[in-house]
Amino acid sequence: MVEEQLFDEEVAAPANPIESLLRMDRIPHIWCPGCGIGTTVNCFIRALQTSGLNLDKVAVVSGIGCTGRVAGYLDLDSFHTTHGRAIPFATGLKLANPELKVVVYSGDGDLTAIGGNHFIHAARRNVDMTVILVNNMIYGMTGGQVAPTTPLNATASTTPHGNFEQTFNLPFLAESCGAVYVARWTASHVRHLTKSIKEALGKKGFSFVEILAPCPTLFSRRNKLGDGLDQMEYYQEHAEIRHGADTKTVGMDFQS
Amino acid sequence: MSEPTPTKKARGSVVIMAERCKGCGFCVEFCPTDALDLSSQYNAKGYHPPVLARKDNCTGCDICGMVCPDFAIYGFIKKPTKGH
Ligand SMILES: Cc1ncc(C[n+]2csc(CCOP(=O)(O)OP(=O)(O)O)c2C)c(N)n1
Ligand code: SF4
Ligand code: SF4
Ligand code: SF4
Ligand SMILES: [Mg+2]
Repeated sequence: MVEEQLFDEEVAAPANPIESLLRMDRIPHIWCPGCGIGTTVNCFIRALQTSGLNLDKVAVVSGIGCTGRVAGYLDLDSFHTTHGRAIPFATGLKLANPELKVVVYSGDGDLTAIGGNHFIHAARRNVDMTVILVNNMIYGMTGGQVAPTTPLNATASTTPHGNFEQTFNLPFLAESCGAVYVARWTASHVRHLTKSIKEALGKKGFSFVEILAPCPTLFSRRNKLGDGLDQMEYYQEHAEIRHGADTKTVGMDFQS
Repeated sequence: MSEPTPTKKARGSVVIMAERCKGCGFCVEFCPTDALDLSSQYNAKGYHPPVLARKDNCTGCDICGMVCPDFAIYGFIKKPTKGH
């Protein structure tokens, strides 16, 4: 057992700034070692804290999945809905309570497979909400099945010989349906990501932030891509930052 | 990894909740001043938590706190830096 390491100086350490927005009685969370979802939560909380929003008027809605667990860990008004239905729930919440800032926080499978129709229509209707999508390129929670976001040729539990279906390019999908703000970052770009979430929260209308995040347990391992840290390093080495990119050109291949 | 720039007196420090750590190494890898190492010791869950091995390097930038997926570490600034 390692003793909790304390700071060495006379100055008292401030409390962990993010804990005020976490349900600490539920921590430690269920996510695997090296899973990127927790990193995105860090960035989201920091974005909220600097957003100037009245946090009593922020509601977070998740669907089902490992990412869907986020709502349950946030000490905000939050709701864990059924699979794929975070956006319709959030739409109702917003319509009935227009003063709320409504955030949908869920996974790639939840939001673009079973919930894909809701996603495109919320963007088309320009519903005033921020959608944060953690893309780990598979259904994590249920065992690593192929998703609409799985890259071509990547192996999933349901595509043992490689995925042969075209992959959704989500920024392009969201923009073409009418989203007012669209971004993609990775879990390794913590400062950029935090700033981007803050920008998205500041928009009126349908804003969308996609975050690539490692699922070492079910995606990386099956595809021989190493662990979570290997994935984070890969993002740092290969991600290209293109502000104002033509979203049609930002589709993703399998990293292999 | 950028070259560490040691200062006489560290401007920042970290708090580590060792028992919460799952040993992913993100904090060690992404610390811009190379201040952290993974400990050779184990926590109760069997993971190696980080230690502030080069405490003079730490600027309190809190990048470790932002990347940590387990909310097990955060950085803070000990005193305001003077001038430029
Ligand atoms: C109606 C219904 N169908 C299927 C499931 C099983 N199920 C639970 S989570 C999930 C996929 C989650 O994938 P994603 O949204 O990418 O989340 P991740 O776990 O990867 O974060 C599925 C198919 C369910 N809970 N409810
Ligand atoms: S299965 Fe994958 S997405 Fe789910 S907690 Fe584990 S690493 Fe994260
Ligand atoms: S606060 Fe910054 S400099 Fe200090 S250990 Fe964390 S990442 Fe490194
Ligand atoms: S990032 Fe967090 S969980 Fe990972 S090794 Fe560092 S303290 Fe532990
Ligand atoms: Mg997923």
